[in-house]
Amino acid sequence: MNDTRNLDAAFSALADPTRRAILARLAMGEATVNELVEPFEMTQPAISQHLKVLEDAGLIVRRVEGTRRPRRLAKAGIEAMDQWLAMLRNALEKNYDRLDNVLASMERHKKGRPQ
Amino acid sequence: MSKMTLKTEGDTHVVVTRRFAAPPEAVYRAHTDPNLIQKWLLGPEGWTMPVCISEAKPGGRIRYEWTNGKGQGFYLTGEYLELEPYSRILHVERMHLPNPTPDNHVETRFDADGTGTLMTLRMTLPDVQTRAAMLATGMERGMEASYVRLEGMI
Repeated sequence: MNDTRNLDAAFSALADPTRRAILARLAMGEATVNELVEPFEMTQPAISQHLKVLEDAGLIVRRVEGTRRPRRLAKAGIEAMDQWLAMLRNALEKNYDRLDNVLASMERHKKGRPQ
Repeated sequence: MSKMTLKTEGDTHVVVTRRFAAPPEAVYRAHTDPNLIQKWLLGPEGWTMPVCISEAKPGGRIRYEWTNGKGQGFYLTGEYLELEPYSRILHVERMHLPNPTPDNHVETRFDADGTGTLMTLRMTLPDVQTRAAMLATGMERGMEASYVRLEGMI
């Protein structure tokens, strides 16, 4: 995929918090427009518009099943979600590495000060 | 030292575990004393917490304010619900981005593990969509770096 237009579309699609939340929701399993309307408290046209942007960006794909059109993550969408989870994990790991140091200095403090 | 684990559980939980070399009392204090919290609860490199309110008693207030020193920042508010020194904390929190996110109930347990501590942090979100949104927006601050990495793979 050397299409830079696709890349731009993916970036601008991901820039919107609602679309990121929809992507996160689809990471847990496919869903139709109607199934997204209620939890996101948005109108059907609004959800459809977000889905179109995500689809045009190559982040999600749709499946045809009778009258249903369930959406699920495309490979690029899965990779984007993985990146986000890695960021969260990374931020938490940094916190706890710092906490290791705080705990070590609390211990030194205690030892250096007889009670 | 030991690796952290982060996983979803059921529809509404996120569970994080981590081992520490210090005893439960010290880890508990590092989670409740504002002067200690300010030293580590910072997220990605470059962020600081200039304001830290932590009133460690039932009903006590929590307020953390973060900044990256470049004009960007956000804050979190919450309340302590139950405290069992030095083994368990139950509190509720919400991020302000700037609109408040739905309440996240967080139970943090500190269990003695040899000479150290096994910490288990269990978040409970109101529903599966809120959890999805939290996992997505929780990564907001890293978006810029994330974009850079994404560029190489889409």
